[in-house]
Amino acid sequence: MGTIEFIIGKYNYWVYIILMMVGFYAMIAKHNLVKKLIGMNIFQWAIILYYVSIGSKKGGATIPIIQNGHGEVTHAIEAAQYLNPLPHVLMLTAIVVGVSTTGVALALIIMIYRRFHTLEEDEIIDILRAPNK
Amino acid sequence: MISEQFPALIIVFPLIMALLINVVGWWKKGLCFYMALLAISASFISSLGILKTVINKGTIHYRLGNWEPPWGIEYVVDHLNAFILVIVSFISLVVTIYSKKSIEKEIPEKIPQFYTVFTLLMMGLLGITITGDAFNLYVLLEIASLASYGLIAMGDDKAPLASFNYLIMGTIGACFYLLGVGYLYIVTGSLNMADLSQLLPELYQSKAVIVAFAFFLVGVSIKMALFPLHVWLPDAYTHAPSTVSAFVASTMTKVGAYVMIRVMFTIFKPYFAIEIIPATTILGWVAVTAMMFGCILAIAQTDFKRMLSYILIAEVGYIVLGISVANRMGMTGAILHILNDAFMMACLFFIAGAIMYKIDTGDISQFRHLNRKMPFTMAAFTIAALSVIGIPPTCGFFSKWYLILGAIDAQQWVFAVALVLSSLLSAVVFFRVIENVYFEGSRGQGVKGSVFDEAPMSMLVPIYIMVAGIMLLGVFSGKIISTVIQFAVPTGF
Repeated sequence: MGTIEFIIGKYNYWVYIILMMVGFYAMIAKHNLVKKLIGMNIFQWAIILYYVSIGSKKGGATIPIIQNGHGEVTHAIEAAQYLNPLPHVLMLTAIVVGVSTTGVALALIIMIYRRFHTLEEDEIIDILRAPNK
Repeated sequence: MISEQFPALIIVFPLIMALLINVVGWWKKGLCFYMALLAISASFISSLGILKTVINKGTIHYRLGNWEPPWGIEYVVDHLNAFILVIVSFISLVVTIYSKKSIEKEIPEKIPQFYTVFTLLMMGLLGITITGDAFNLYVLLEIASLASYGLIAMGDDKAPLASFNYLIMGTIGACFYLLGVGYLYIVTGSLNMADLSQLLPELYQSKAVIVAFAFFLVGVSIKMALFPLHVWLPDAYTHAPSTVSAFVASTMTKVGAYVMIRVMFTIFKPYFAIEIIPATTILGWVAVTAMMFGCILAIAQTDFKRMLSYILIAEVGYIVLGISVANRMGMTGAILHILNDAFMMACLFFIAGAIMYKIDTGDISQFRHLNRKMPFTMAAFTIAALSVIGIPPTCGFFSKWYLILGAIDAQQWVFAVALVLSSLLSAVVFFRVIENVYFEGSRGQGVKGSVFDEAPMSMLVPIYIMVAGIMLLGVFSGKIISTVIQFAVPTGF
């Protein structure tokens, strides 16, 4: 398999890794707390995209349902014929976790802003280090 | 029989109670403490029941909603989790008793919120410990972490920023864990730990499995603050309310260590981490660095709680060292140290809280003559300090003894020397404080009016429960090893 096919054939993994690294960079390198939080969100959503992509198939795959449950003639019995719904279901939980983490982080950001009137991390550290604080 | 339902009740009861506490808190603040106490006592009784059943009848498999594994979520309790469950629920019970006065002083306006989130945190930690499903563990890990971010942010002025940094780091850790689960799911199609451990050995050469293991290890290391990934810990634990630091310091890192043992030796077979990839060797050196680094930085601190935080980083190093030597003695030491360290850390942070309650500062140079003002607290501090250093009648000696035996068994002489050396360093750390408190000197000022003014009973009693625990666990460590820990050591050693 050539390099091009290798990249194109597994493009979902490349997309998730690139997104994850974008988020990772923002979390490490940015000084603004909101930018850090956005980076964290990109990081989390990249993982969610990755999970969703591993459950999907191309080429007429269908949903797994009980045999003749609704009077169908053909069924998805072989693993190749149906989409795996489990990763998607897992991601419902991960989305909830991600949303609540964002909620907590936003609440913390509000608390920090009320105390220091800035969201730049280096400015906050300067305020904290100031002698007569 | 209700005892058969203990594995579910231990989680469900505090979860429901946490919601009720929040509702009742609008109406009557005074009730919150008692409701939390009730929920946590129920969990403690359940955990004792579980431990008894496990000792008598062996591993418990509890199917939630009667769905068969690997499709449904299964709670699996063997000797190792039953042991950790008892530790976590007992510590939370004592912390709850301690919290009453301390919270009333430090965060009086947030009492209902505190007890809601506190109960949730305990429930999350128990859930992590009890579950037999890799994805369920992720969800509970995040519940526990979110609760701890909230609790830490209730602290002093610097707490929200510390908590935010912890949140960013903690989320990276949890996401790495989630990625690890994802990679294993791709190659096996299963999320159940027992199922995974049967399916994986054929795939051990696969790159995806090795990457999954690496993600697991790094993710868990962030959560348990193993040395290079510890940066969030000192800030977060220093600025949190003292009750919260006592609870998270004594339980969260220990539960992290438990997850590490589970991943390395249950989901993966022990020979994977020892022979196929050199994970244990790397962890061993990381642990040695953590021990040295923690103790040396602890010497440099002027704030009492911050000093304890660095000691905690060193203690995490001890536990990981026991895991990494990967033999029976080392594992015994690591599991025993999880128990001992939970007691020692709870005791030390309780004392930090009591001092904070009375003199409103954590600055060590202000502690002079504190033995006249708070003789009982300071006596307790001395005993806990001796235990951390590892002086024989206290429990700290016994776990260090097993750790050193483990290192010698594995012929890792450097590790054995490092253990002794870091004990000496922690002696320096604690004697610096003891000297400052008990002995005359010219540096620093004395506590204003060093007359007898002891911490309230509701703080002193938990401190002395922990001191009694430190002594008794030392005396009965042989008994604990023969009834529980020898069965808790993972198979394959």
